[in-house]
Amino acid sequence: MPSHTLKAFTSELNALTSDVLRMGGMAEAMITDMATAFARGDSELARSVIQRDAEVNALETRLEREITRLLALRQPVAQDLRGIIAALKVSNDLERIGDLAKNVCKRLIAMGEEHGATGQKSVERMSRAVRLQLNTVLDAYATQNAQEAIDVWQHDEEIDEHYNSMFREVLTYMMEDPRKISQGAHLLFIAKNLERIGDHCTNIAEVVHFFVTGEDMPMARPKLSDLE
Amino acid sequence: MMSDPILPSAAPAHAGAAPQEQAVKVRVRDVTVSYDGAMAIDSVNIDIPDKSVMAIIGPSGCGKSTFLRCLNRMNDTISGCSVTGDIRIDEEDVTARNVNPVMLRARVGMVFQEPNPFPKTVFENVAYGPKIHGLAATRAELEDIVETSLRRAGLWDEVKDGLHKPGTSLSGGQQQRLVIARAIAINPEIILMDEPCSALDPIATARIEELIDELRQNYCIVIVTHSMSQAARISQNTAFFDRGKLIETGTTEQIFTNPRDRRTHDYITGRYG
Repeated sequence: MPSHTLKAFTSELNALTSDVLRMGGMAEAMITDMATAFARGDSELARSVIQRDAEVNALETRLEREITRLLALRQPVAQDLRGIIAALKVSNDLERIGDLAKNVCKRLIAMGEEHGATGQKSVERMSRAVRLQLNTVLDAYATQNAQEAIDVWQHDEEIDEHYNSMFREVLTYMMEDPRKISQGAHLLFIAKNLERIGDHCTNIAEVVHFFVTGEDMPMARPKLSDLE
Repeated sequence: MMSDPILPSAAPAHAGAAPQEQAVKVRVRDVTVSYDGAMAIDSVNIDIPDKSVMAIIGPSGCGKSTFLRCLNRMNDTISGCSVTGDIRIDEEDVTARNVNPVMLRARVGMVFQEPNPFPKTVFENVAYGPKIHGLAATRAELEDIVETSLRRAGLWDEVKDGLHKPGTSLSGGQQQRLVIARAIAINPEIILMDEPCSALDPIATARIEELIDELRQNYCIVIVTHSMSQAARISQNTAFFDRGKLIETGTTEQIFTNPRDRRTHDYITGRYG
């Protein structure tokens, strides 16, 4: 795309995109470390994830301020406007993803010694799946690739399947052994948090699609039927 | 987002809003204008809907004003200017030889960039058109038309105590509203505006924009503007011209959020030239 006649505006828009991507990189690293902390039972790593959430929040606040300034001073239209709104919405979803990763780490620390074999593999599998979703959707945002956004959007079903099977699995443990109820409850919240991270990735996919094409997603996303 | 695994949830249905049907007031087909052989606008096709505002945008020299002047045959008065093609107002061909341009201009009023009141009183400025077109049989009727027109133009309260002062004694914004009152006094169907706010300050501009928004209830308005934010504020449809060609036309919302043509996009986002 040609540069704006007013070149400062082009560089401001580029700076906005790189800030969003930096925020995305931070959220992605939080999910990776969260999964590692869970696999190893590493509460030190979990604490570092919790601390990093503040940086993501601070970056979101800074982006919001910059976006307000751009809207007031540049009065963007068309793809510029869609790009700025996309940055605002994506940064909001990334901030929520950071919060959810932080919450998983808090639960991990709370579970302490109880943390162990039960459900561990499932959490790891689900973490890998959501990290891949986030990675792909950030790539779609960076390269303005609508098709990639559609792919992410459609893949959310997989995360939902992970969640449903983990829900059943944990429920079974809890019914079998009441001593596992407290651990099971934490695991269920962890699974729900991961599922919510997946939802934020699909939100971002929708925003990216609108940013690039100016249109909503072309079809209805396949949905899992409710758990029986 | 997924449904809760315990509570069944109803998926919201997406209701697509049907676009509103708008009656076409002016139908332009294959209109080409050239000045002494140099083409100014090239085979323009456009439908202008009634009771709404259409904004014409585009860089200088793109043919916006030339296009506007086709609609009331103002180009006829320019020597060396040739207009071909078909322009229909309510399906009536207004380019035909037997159409009297003076009568046409009574149906299609025009407001220019610089306010141009006649060197007469406020009252006479507005009364002039109805008088020559014989729209008032009595003095009382004429006074009534003048008052109604000034009220519609949002000027009455400011000038009612000075109707016999010269029109040129008003401020720029008031003069522009006086000119609009003069245009609507002869009951036109269409009002053409060629950058009506470019000589006005932001407050006077806002008053004219508010007025245009009110007038669209009763008239078909076509406005040429260099201010894209003005086009976005006051028009329902926008047409983008570039180098004599109509590049794109659509609802103002569509043009300013998701233009189809790259050239429109580059122009409205400030990437032109």
